[in-house]
Amino acid sequence: MTSSTMNNSPRLDSKVPAGPLQQKWENYLNTAKLVNPNNKRKHTILVVGTGLAGASAAATLAELGYNVRSFCIQDSARRAHSIAAQGGINAAKNYPGDGDSVWRLFYDTIKGGDYRSREANVHRLAEISNNIIDQCVAQGVPFAREYGGLLSNRSFGGAQVSRTFYARGQTGQQLLLGAYQAMERMVGAGRVKQYDRREMLDLVVVDGRARGIIVRNLATGELERHVGDAVLLCTGGYGNVYYLSTNAKNSNVTAAWRCHKRGAFFANPCFTQIHPTCIPVSGDYQSKLTLMSESLRNDGRVWVPKTAGDRRSPEQIPEDERDYYLERKYPSFGNLVPRDVASRNAKEMADHGKGVGETGMAVYLDFAESINRLGEKVISERYGNLFEMYEKITGDNPYKVPMRIYPAVHYTMGGLWVDYELMSTVPGLFVLGEANFSDHGANRLGASALMQGLSDGYFVISHTLGNYIANTSLPKVDESNAAFADAENDSRERLATLLGIKGEKTPVHFHRELGKIMWDDVGMARNRDGLNHAISAIGSLREEFWNNLRVPGSNDTMNKNLEFAGRVADFMELGELMARDALEREESCGGHFREEYQTEDGEALRNDDEFTFVAAWEHTGRVGDEVKHREELVFENVKLTQRSYK
Amino acid sequence: MADKLMTINLKVWRQDGPDKPGRLAPYTVEGVNPHMSFLEMFDLLNERLILRGEEPIEFDSDCREGICGSCSMVINGIPHGPHRGTAVCQLHMRHYRDGDTLTVEPWRANAFPLIKDLVVDRGAFDRIIAAGGFVSVNTGSAPDANSLPVEKAASDAAFDFAACIGCGACVAACPNASASLFTGAKIAHLSLYPQGEPERRRRVIAMVNQMEAEGFGDCSNHGECEAVCPKQISISAIAIMRREYVKAVVASND
Ligand SMILES: Cc1cc2nc3c(=O)[nH]c(=O)nc-3n(C[C@H](O)[C@H](O)[C@H](O)COP(=O)(O)OP(=O)(O)OC[C@H]3O[C@@H](n4cnc5c(N)ncnc54)[C@H](O)[C@@H]3O)c2cc1C
Ligand code: FES
Repeated sequence: MTSSTMNNSPRLDSKVPAGPLQQKWENYLNTAKLVNPNNKRKHTILVVGTGLAGASAAATLAELGYNVRSFCIQDSARRAHSIAAQGGINAAKNYPGDGDSVWRLFYDTIKGGDYRSREANVHRLAEISNNIIDQCVAQGVPFAREYGGLLSNRSFGGAQVSRTFYARGQTGQQLLLGAYQAMERMVGAGRVKQYDRREMLDLVVVDGRARGIIVRNLATGELERHVGDAVLLCTGGYGNVYYLSTNAKNSNVTAAWRCHKRGAFFANPCFTQIHPTCIPVSGDYQSKLTLMSESLRNDGRVWVPKTAGDRRSPEQIPEDERDYYLERKYPSFGNLVPRDVASRNAKEMADHGKGVGETGMAVYLDFAESINRLGEKVISERYGNLFEMYEKITGDNPYKVPMRIYPAVHYTMGGLWVDYELMSTVPGLFVLGEANFSDHGANRLGASALMQGLSDGYFVISHTLGNYIANTSLPKVDESNAAFADAENDSRERLATLLGIKGEKTPVHFHRELGKIMWDDVGMARNRDGLNHAISAIGSLREEFWNNLRVPGSNDTMNKNLEFAGRVADFMELGELMARDALEREESCGGHFREEYQTEDGEALRNDDEFTFVAAWEHTGRVGDEVKHREELVFENVKLTQRSYK
Repeated sequence: MADKLMTINLKVWRQDGPDKPGRLAPYTVEGVNPHMSFLEMFDLLNERLILRGEEPIEFDSDCREGICGSCSMVINGIPHGPHRGTAVCQLHMRHYRDGDTLTVEPWRANAFPLIKDLVVDRGAFDRIIAAGGFVSVNTGSAPDANSLPVEKAASDAAFDFAACIGCGACVAACPNASASLFTGAKIAHLSLYPQGEPERRRRVIAMVNQMEAEGFGDCSNHGECEAVCPKQISISAIAIMRREYVKAVVASND
């Protein structure tokens, strides 16, 4: 243990290894205990989730010899939400020779996160980034290439080098298929057992350690008990707490929230990312929002009319009456400022009446200049499928008319607290990928979620899990253990309660209402009154939910409304905690913008003296009574500065 | 634009479970906004069914942007509906007219047993991949990514096949319920890419055998699969698969 300060909670030992930053991971690897190869197959590891984090972890652990069980909600592991990632994945390869390095990737990520992440974790991520690309290429992932046959790179927000690898606009799909195929190979070899259409409803803790899970078979309604020596939670982010987001419909917080209630601290829940380039909302029937990859900002220019209320169509607005506001305000980064900055500026334009489109809640992203310069063919090679997707949804052709875009909820930096080994405050419960809070601080840079998910799953967990298993005596536990019966009963009762209310309003109704509260009061800009309002409004909504919910059908069959009802219930509790966390963080940083705390230019104003810490919330029995613990963040290698992208 | 709301008449396949009888049930959906997606129309209908005390229609969906391969509805006999290169989640109601009547059914194939209403079990696809749809490279053993240059044309061609979303529309469209386009696409991706070369023979034999073991039918070149594929995977994948298969069998007889 290093660097604890007076305020650091004794419950939050980050276990950052000693030594200089550049050597911490190596030191860790040199001293971590190993599990005897013949013993690995005696250990069953439960991996919940099959996105990039879960699929890569399941494959790697099985290759090493562990006995793995893999769970996901969808009917196939390949459909996990990671499949939808578009733009790319970062790595410090410096193939273009433009001056990139592990240090720069580390530095950009720490700075992009507005100095609210742990140095050691981020540096490890940057070190591992290169191995990920090697691994994926070896699996046959068809990354974009140059005519010479070498890999191609592009730039992404928050960076001045080209370090993003991509596979057309379907990078997540190709990376996930690589990991999924690696996992299926292990299914074929009999070392991974795959459980599709399963939803984890509870964590089973025996003698203080995570030893199993309760899942519901979503095709039949049956509850199942699974025993293991460790549980890896790879269940993704909680952006759907806002109802409308770019996340897939099944993305949820339930698994993480159930673990939170069993003792896992929830860190920085208020850190959410609003992505600047999404297709604007078109009507109240809308079920989700579609992202237009940020990579578009490489070649697209963002603008609004200079005059508020100018309703002319874009081609009628002459050049000198357009405000390319990102280029104007941030000359060195221009359209490539980080997401939080781009999103807030779009909102500001809309707030000033300069928004475009029918609702006025949009700005233009214009490709005319790039098409003139590079030709339609090049643009179509880079973004063809995104342009098509846009046209399918809106009916407009972006080769001819500028896209209309607006910010939407996209990613959650917060998540279950983990130490350097990715272990939560429940021993034996590890958390990987978007579900943990670890690497992105208060704002994630583009193309680094895929990097983090695969780093956690391919290259970190195999070592840290081994260290845990080798250092821990794990007495035999089986399904008849009372803790399993209790947890299963809790789940059964909860399902029965949801079905038994027989009120007047559907799960979707409550989810929409919750989303409205969250977007208005805990969204892109937050203030004290709004946050207090959110807390009381969510409280009333929860009360109404438990008295007036209507879930059709029964528990002993496929029943998606029952699944959703359970998720909405958890989202409401989480939403309240997010508002509290946002209220108590009296500063602005990254995606958390408190209107009371801004610079004269309207930029986020951090308060490093008082808030350079991770807020990790402990559940103590009742929602609203969570206790906050602090992990002080210590910066020994970078100097905290006011972020500037000017 | 103030868009005129439409009324759509649906006949939807309802079936309580795998061994239960099924039937087409009629529904009238009023107030359909032309900008809604097809699945949003189903959301709207389901909300109304719940409030009327009826059971909503179960159907699969997740990403709702044409990439996860979850959604699966046959509309008037065509998997994913009438638009080329579009999954049903990307189909918008502006392509229909007020008063249209549409029949909506699940994927039908012996190898895709029905679970409930419009939901089927596509686990057979996973098992085909598990049989050989991968490159055997353990984590941590890969050489530098640029150590093996790949011709851009080969890489682009491999990508075209790798774009498959595994939805199963090809099977649903095929009169023989063949999985040849799905299986062929993975084989083509990995045989066009140098990294897949060392295992190409073993792979094609294992995958084709698994495809047959799952009960998918033979391919007799109808071409319906290519026509409905939301990613417009070329039927040439099947030719590549056949060629690879013959080569592999010949080689194993050497
Ligand atoms: C539209 C879009 C585009 C993006 N583009 C990029 C990009 O270009 N670059 C980038 O770096 N990042 C991108 N991101 C972010 C990135 O895709 C995600 O952060 C990342 O894929 C998350 O991976 P994961 O493995 O943590 O979780 P997920 O992929 O979300 O997987 C979660 C898994 O957990 C399972 N699960 C969840 N709950 C339960 C439960 N209770 N029981 C059982 N199983 C459960 C699910 O079934 C699923 O298998 C994008 C995100 C979106 C929404
Ligand atoms: S819901 Fe994902 S492809 Fe249609």
